[in-house]
Amino acid sequence: MSKSFAIMAEYETPAEIMDAAKKVHAAGYEKWDVHSPFPIHGMDDAMGLDNAKVGYFTFFGGLIGFTTGMTMQYFMNKFDYAIVVGGKPLFSGFFAFPVSYELTILLGAFGSLIGMFVLNRLPRHHHPLLANERFADVTDDKFYVVIECDDDHYDEQRTRSLLEGTNAVHIEMVEGTE
Amino acid sequence: MSEPAAHSQVETSTPKELVREPLVLNNRPLGWITNQVAGIVEGDMPKWWNIAFGVSFLLMLMSFGYIGYLITTGVGVWGLNHPVAWGWAIVNFVFWIGIGHAGTLISAILFLLRQKWRTSVNRTAEAMTIFAVICAGIFPGIHVGRIWLAWWLFPLPNANAIWPQFRSPLLWDVFAVSTYFTVSLLFWYMGLIPDLATIRDRLRKNAGQCKTGLDKMINKLKQFLYGLFSMGWIGSNRHWRNYEKAYLLLAGLSTPLVLSVHSIVSFDFAVSQLPGWHTTIFPPYFVAGAVFSGFGMVLTLMIPMRTIFNLEEIITVRHLELMCKVIMATGTIVGYAYGMEFFIAWYGGNPYELYAFKNRAFGPYWWSYWIMISCNVISPQLFWFKWCRTSPWFIFVVSIFVNIGMWFERFVIVVTSLHRDYLPASWGYYSPTQVDILTFVGTFGLFMVLFLLFIRYLPSITIFEVKAVTPQADPHSIEGGADRVKGGDH
Repeated sequence: MSKSFAIMAEYETPAEIMDAAKKVHAAGYEKWDVHSPFPIHGMDDAMGLDNAKVGYFTFFGGLIGFTTGMTMQYFMNKFDYAIVVGGKPLFSGFFAFPVSYELTILLGAFGSLIGMFVLNRLPRHHHPLLANERFADVTDDKFYVVIECDDDHYDEQRTRSLLEGTNAVHIEMVEGTE
Repeated sequence: MSEPAAHSQVETSTPKELVREPLVLNNRPLGWITNQVAGIVEGDMPKWWNIAFGVSFLLMLMSFGYIGYLITTGVGVWGLNHPVAWGWAIVNFVFWIGIGHAGTLISAILFLLRQKWRTSVNRTAEAMTIFAVICAGIFPGIHVGRIWLAWWLFPLPNANAIWPQFRSPLLWDVFAVSTYFTVSLLFWYMGLIPDLATIRDRLRKNAGQCKTGLDKMINKLKQFLYGLFSMGWIGSNRHWRNYEKAYLLLAGLSTPLVLSVHSIVSFDFAVSQLPGWHTTIFPPYFVAGAVFSGFGMVLTLMIPMRTIFNLEEIITVRHLELMCKVIMATGTIVGYAYGMEFFIAWYGGNPYELYAFKNRAFGPYWWSYWIMISCNVISPQLFWFKWCRTSPWFIFVVSIFVNIGMWFERFVIVVTSLHRDYLPASWGYYSPTQVDILTFVGTFGLFMVLFLLFIRYLPSITIFEVKAVTPQADPHSIEGGADRVKGGDH
């Protein structure tokens, strides 16, 4: 038997887990999380989480896309192999815009998806919760609060009684290591 | 309609809210939604699936066969002639690309507009987008003539050391369509992650019920594959937070993208000098037409699907009705554009422009023009009547008319503008050949093969999003457990 990873409490409704999350947050825990089959409106506030940082990835992805589009067209049509068409200037931001616009969106989209994965530390296929029998209902209709044993405030007795003070229908220890 | 208990929570000081029709009928619990949708993927497919798949597969092979014939023989096997150098290939390309637009409208624009009903239909519509763009992509590839040089479309270094000409809208199209395909795929895949995790977890729970060794192996293999693509999703709220933000940003990026794609497709025509093509109304008119045709196809696919897989409680008549309203709105915009084109042709005072339009409606191709008008302008107006919007079989029939009408719209634009140019000596009549027709018919086979595989192996309804719009998911409602928490919630 390996050492315990976390203590897990199961709930049946979003209101009950929202209440529990507020209590756990108020008790000052840091390494804990709420698991649910769908995003629960208002849960970020209940857990005391700030705004997600995915936007930076999107912005830089888009910026790289636009710059790539403009420089590519400048290089190809003006610098590397210049052909005058209809007496028009070899490069102008106007005709170069549609392609740059599409590349902005393309790399911005990749930035958003990659940002989501990087910030979530995904993919990750060996999480201790994935091995837990009961936790499999998280993608169906059950809600879980999981407090990690590594948390500074964690204490086997006190944490358990905190969770028992909520509407949890089941509490158990999750085995395994990170 | 019985009064849902959720609304008894409304404060007494506020006026009574009108009760919205629920998005999932009969107040079903969350687990029921999972069972209903995941059950399609887990169970055996009905017999019709095999038949439909077989027929579609043969059609697809037929299309590929004709494409092989085209490549080995040359574009002479098509009906193209001198003034009409853009025939069915371009018509089909624009038709299929347009179909895709409804998927992105539902997944991105309706998301930004907070239309919650989109959750029941967005997965299927997005899948349709991706498959339609695959079908569309075939045609520009094969119409270049020397197909083995199609890679010259992309700015890749080649032996002639020459680059593509970025002033050409045809090149903008290459970027617009490939970006559209890639971004739609990313958006679709991201939406699938939590649902793939649902299937993974259900496979794990059902592993004990496998009797034979083969069943166990198949279960293991499926667990591995669904698990792999679900990226280790554990429904963590810290993950949901980034996930929702990324989803919002992707919706924000897809919205200008979808508007730009069909605008750029319309530039292929509008930037030229040809009467009938050289029109400033083209970009908005093409985008409205694309959404119109796309919703037609969504309804064509979804009406049989909801009946066969017993999804009438998730894709309700209200969903169909709302889509009919979109069809009516965009169909009316398209009708306005047809009228405005004629008005400008007359008011603009350009005799060639006016001739092109008179020739469209009363020239040798008058029949295609009036098919287009009856299908696109007249048939959607039936949706002013509530009965028409709420009878699935009737909507199905109209949706087929919309598909036909929008194909003819592109035929009218491409062929009638080209077949009489400035030199009457070169005027001609264009007819497709057997190769033209059967290649196009075969792409429906390809489309259906992909769509049937999608229904078979992936959750065809966004399980987690449908759950999120039920009253059971709202922590402030009775169904969400608000009365079970001591002291209630604000």
